[in-house]
Amino acid sequence: MSTVKIPPVLRAAAGGERTVEASGATVGEVLTALCDAHPAIGAQILTADGELHKFVNVYVNDEDARLMQWTDTPVGDDDTLLILPAMAGGQ
Amino acid sequence: MSPSYQDLLGNAREVIPEVEPSEVAPRVADGTGPLIIDVRETGEWDQGHLPGAVHIPRGFLESRVAGTAPDSDQEILVSCASGQRSLLAAKTLADMGFTNVSSLAGGFARWKQNNHPVEVPRILTAAQRSRYSRHILIPEVGEEGQMKLLDSKALLIGAGGLGSPAAYYLAAAGVGTIGLVDDDEVDESNLQRQIIHTTDRVGMNKGESAKQAIAALNPEVQVNVHPFRINRDNVLDLVSQYDVIVDGADNFPTRYLLADASLMTNTPLVHASILRFEGHASVFKPYDGPCYRCLFPEPPPPDLAPSCGEAGVLGVLCGVMGNIQATEAIKVLLDIGDTLSGRLLIYDALGMTFTELKVRRDPDCPSCGPNADLQLRDYEAWCAGVGSHAGSHA
Repeated sequence: MSTVKIPPVLRAAAGGERTVEASGATVGEVLTALCDAHPAIGAQILTADGELHKFVNVYVNDEDARLMQWTDTPVGDDDTLLILPAMAGGQ
Repeated sequence: MSPSYQDLLGNAREVIPEVEPSEVAPRVADGTGPLIIDVRETGEWDQGHLPGAVHIPRGFLESRVAGTAPDSDQEILVSCASGQRSLLAAKTLADMGFTNVSSLAGGFARWKQNNHPVEVPRILTAAQRSRYSRHILIPEVGEEGQMKLLDSKALLIGAGGLGSPAAYYLAAAGVGTIGLVDDDEVDESNLQRQIIHTTDRVGMNKGESAKQAIAALNPEVQVNVHPFRINRDNVLDLVSQYDVIVDGADNFPTRYLLADASLMTNTPLVHASILRFEGHASVFKPYDGPCYRCLFPEPPPPDLAPSCGEAGVLGVLCGVMGNIQATEAIKVLLDIGDTLSGRLLIYDALGMTFTELKVRRDPDCPSCGPNADLQLRDYEAWCAGVGSHAGSHA
């Protein structure tokens, strides 16, 4: 099981959790497991075709998955995934 | 009988050649002159010296000369006020094994009488030395760095949650010019976090209010109040007047506008954003690291990007993130340390954790990539378009 860190804007969709455990061998599988367990997250980060929206960054540990193999990037049990949408707040 | 002062000078003259100012001045002017070591005291040096001279007070000559003149065969000209201390200092250097040492005949006084060019070092006033003494003690800052800060100009977008602490600390640090862009007025609900404002200034423009606070803290800081919204018509003029941008905006159109303006004017951008208990910070150095769009190619739709006014923010979080921005701005201005360029720092106040992510340049970045067609656009429409498109699938 990998750990997925949930950003503040998605925590309500994850039942208020800041981290969620999800299983899968790749980024895509872990996110699918996450969205299966918390469909409200899927509704916000996935397109109608089930692809990740472009505004969603996913990091595996400290590396951007887009710069690795994106959703095919392998994920181990000790890895942490971080979902990172931009934040605009400053005031 | 012990030698007198005149005996010592006479002995020195036997081994140290004395060079007239007119002999060496042309070489000093064209940059082919000797290494000039000025051995006067600091107060004398501060009044002016030969161009390019290095200052080593006589009392520190033996201990510091090796750091300045590592080669014992290099040509050295020692100068002082009238040519006597320099003669004795040059003799000391000769005794230490320096083989090509001379003394400036008549010293700085004769140099100046002959109307040769003089450099007057810029120095901090006694009041500045006192105010910034804790900075001056830091080797990475010192007097030179402090003077650099005094000459620096920082543009703060927003005098709100992030801008309040950033402006306060940059002003305290002696950043000479601070521009504050904010068209908003101080509201009572701001005071839980926007600490540069006060209860009795509710209703005042935030830039004006911040200017009053800065004047009370450090009156030598020039504060430029820009009481309007930054947009594509005014951004380039404004940004190009400053050395660094501190982004404390509260919306995506402004953030993408600033990111592109930073690239177009080659002005570093210090980024932070905040929500509830979480903050992001990074530094975007134009074409010398990733830009904002390398990190976030598109903004999220509005329901995934609530403002602090909609979703709330811990007041103290603003202080942490705004001061991280002030820290990074100072490092950028002084060109010291490792900035957050190429890294995104995520601060989670609830878990009290700092997480660092690597941010790399996107070779296909539409703003800073090799094939980018960078031009200012209608960012409101673009963000709304991207957002509504993304949101339509949600």
